[in-house]
Amino acid sequence: MKRWLPLVLFVVLVGFFAKGLFLNPREVPSPFIGRNAPAFTLPLVGDANAAFSPADMKGKTWMLNVWAPWCVSCRQEHPLLMQIAQSGRIPIVGLNWKDKDREAAPLLARTGSPYVAVPEDLDGRVGIDYGVTGTPETYLIDQAGIVRLKHIGPISPEVWKTKFEPKLKELGA
Amino acid sequence: MIPELGHFALIIALLLALTQAILPLVGAQRGNLTLMAVARPAAQGQFLFTAIAFACLAYSFLTNDFSVENVARNSFSQLPEVYRLTATWGSHEGSLLLWVLTLGFWSTAVSVFSRHLPEDMAARVIGVMGLISVGFLAFLLTTSNPFERLLPAAMDGNDMNPLLQDWGMIIHPPMLYMGYVGFAVAFAFAIAALLSGKMDVAWARWSRPWTTVAWAFLTFGIMLGSWWAYRELGWGGWWFWDPTENASFMPWIAGTALIHSLAVTEKRGAFKAWTVLLALVVFSLSLLGTFLVRSGVLSSVHAFATDPARGAFILGFLAVVIGGSLALYAWRAPKMVTGSGFTWFSRESLLLANNVILMAALGSVLLGTLYPLFIDAMGLGKISVGPPYFNAVFVPLMAPALFLMGIGPLARWKDASLPDVVTRMKWALGVALATGLLLPLTLDGFNPWASLGFFLAAWITLAVLAAFIDRLKHGQGGLLQKLAGLPRGFWGMQLAHLGMAIGVAGIAVVANYSTERDVRMEVGSYAELAGYTFTFRGTTEHDGPNYRAARGTLEVSQNGKPVATLHPEKRIYNASGSGMTEAAVHPNIFRDVYVALGEQLDDQGAWTVRLFHKPFINWLWFGALFMVVGGFMAASDKRYRIALRRSEVPKHLAAQGA
Repeated sequence: MKRWLPLVLFVVLVGFFAKGLFLNPREVPSPFIGRNAPAFTLPLVGDANAAFSPADMKGKTWMLNVWAPWCVSCRQEHPLLMQIAQSGRIPIVGLNWKDKDREAAPLLARTGSPYVAVPEDLDGRVGIDYGVTGTPETYLIDQAGIVRLKHIGPISPEVWKTKFEPKLKELGA
Repeated sequence: MIPELGHFALIIALLLALTQAILPLVGAQRGNLTLMAVARPAAQGQFLFTAIAFACLAYSFLTNDFSVENVARNSFSQLPEVYRLTATWGSHEGSLLLWVLTLGFWSTAVSVFSRHLPEDMAARVIGVMGLISVGFLAFLLTTSNPFERLLPAAMDGNDMNPLLQDWGMIIHPPMLYMGYVGFAVAFAFAIAALLSGKMDVAWARWSRPWTTVAWAFLTFGIMLGSWWAYRELGWGGWWFWDPTENASFMPWIAGTALIHSLAVTEKRGAFKAWTVLLALVVFSLSLLGTFLVRSGVLSSVHAFATDPARGAFILGFLAVVIGGSLALYAWRAPKMVTGSGFTWFSRESLLLANNVILMAALGSVLLGTLYPLFIDAMGLGKISVGPPYFNAVFVPLMAPALFLMGIGPLARWKDASLPDVVTRMKWALGVALATGLLLPLTLDGFNPWASLGFFLAAWITLAVLAAFIDRLKHGQGGLLQKLAGLPRGFWGMQLAHLGMAIGVAGIAVVANYSTERDVRMEVGSYAELAGYTFTFRGTTEHDGPNYRAARGTLEVSQNGKPVATLHPEKRIYNASGSGMTEAAVHPNIFRDVYVALGEQLDDQGAWTVRLFHKPFINWLWFGALFMVVGGFMAASDKRYRIALRRSEVPKHLAAQGA
């Protein structure tokens, strides 16, 4: 029986690998899920006198989309965000992350903006508070200001349908 | 046109690989010499066409053909020529092509240097290697075609990952693959032995030099990778227990065990079943490493694009090759009769202990590497396993192995006398203990781990010395004559063991006595570290071929005497816009002075600067080089060449007798 042991161990290993293929090791669950979204106050892009704070969105279910003009995969999700914004389903706030060259305003003027507000996180400090690992990342925040969902990477129509829609229904938004 | 030629050559290579796999294996089973004779030309043809495909891809890179998707993704018009060449294997597709090319090279080497083997054995070995080629060529052609066109062509490329733009990376992958893939030869020999049912001592003698050479290449490849990480990542670390590093380290540990157990099987006919199993395991770990890196089941610094279809293909292939070979092993193992016995204290028993310890170490690395995957797959959460685990488990396991390394070569086969070895090594033990206890005191304070490291390094070195003295006592002639008369196998083993001692000493120092500082430096300000004074002279703009850099100038002095002027850089690459830290190092045999730029702090030219003092770091690379040289030397031992020449005459007899 002993001689079959290597094969048996290997078969078990293959089982784990097969399962592992469908998991994403990079997707680390956010510790903020179920907790209050960290507070911040940041100036708005193009209007340094105006400011945005998550408290402004109290009573609404909204999305915080972390993006940057230099981020290529953010452009990938841009059309979908535009559609969502136009459907009026949910307001999107676009946190403009580490945009040192200040390219956000001209870019949004050119491509159209899906955002209700674009706060400017120049040095990325708010990003650190939220545990941002890269752009784009999207947080779904409910009426009470609690983070309900975090998505790393661009939102595809499929992700929207399978991840965001059910959560939105659950929240009654 | 050229990329299409390459694609076409790859298809021909696949067809030849199929021929190389099927006909000789069928021929060997039926005793048909005509079919067996197909093995060599098919293997050589397969290698030729894979090489043509590789050359076509290299040509596309060198000529900046951005209508090839792979080139557009991984190269850039401003990229220096030498990196355009190495970009050929910088991508997922290209590195797989290199894998197949390396396998073709080894198959061809076997086809040339296997004249002394019985025909059916050679046919089976080459056929099994053909089967592996088929799998990888099919993988390339179906999921990872490197010649995929991009229409319309891109204006320019995305550039090669800046981290890989380093000359350590030019030779690291080919060397690593020479090692990884070289274990396919030992694997093929083991399968051939299982298929034929003749697992005799000759089998071990044939596989030994191949295994040792592959092991030496792998050692060199791992060393280059470590050296690259040390200089290029800018953190001053040389081993991170990253899954990708572990993927290359696991075959190395198992390969080390295999070299030793092959010695027992060849010399004494013992451990036959175990050695065969080990040969299967070593190459399985190479395949496993390929799977782990290519499929993205583990997160790692090596961010290749991951695609579940590719992962599924490799996993399927893995299941067939490894599962199939382990099943074959289970079926055939009872046929293996073990050789003569040995007592509890003999070279056999010591080598057995070596194998047991190495396997435990391998298991601990494998567990640590795959643990996050197990936990995730069972839905228990996301975790990562880092250096604290590996250091806590691996170091205590290796210490006894290193101690035995001193005794093993001195013990006789079959039945050694413990009192005899004790008498011969008493003085060495005393000297080694004294070294371990006293040497740390001359450094920056006593540290038990450093003490252990010094003890083991001194112990192994003295054992090497004792082995030489033992050998030189007998025989006639002058000292030099006697030294030259020692077999290369002996020299190789002692050099490799000495390399281990050098490496262990280096690790003991660098892991326990390294110092570093993160400092804010303004122009003209200075900082002190480990007796060195670093004066910051500011940064200047500097334009490279495909990047812009802020180049810092730091003057290093010791006791007022200038030591070096270092120029660390902070680069921004033009195509990707990604930043890179280029550390500057002043090496000598006892230490590295290492500086890296952090971030610019203000408009006045103040920067954060990281300063490192790394004593004995270079001993690590020296130690590894000793092992590499030792490996090649052992593999070139006269015994193997004599066996080769002798068997040339009575070839028909050999074929009959086998």
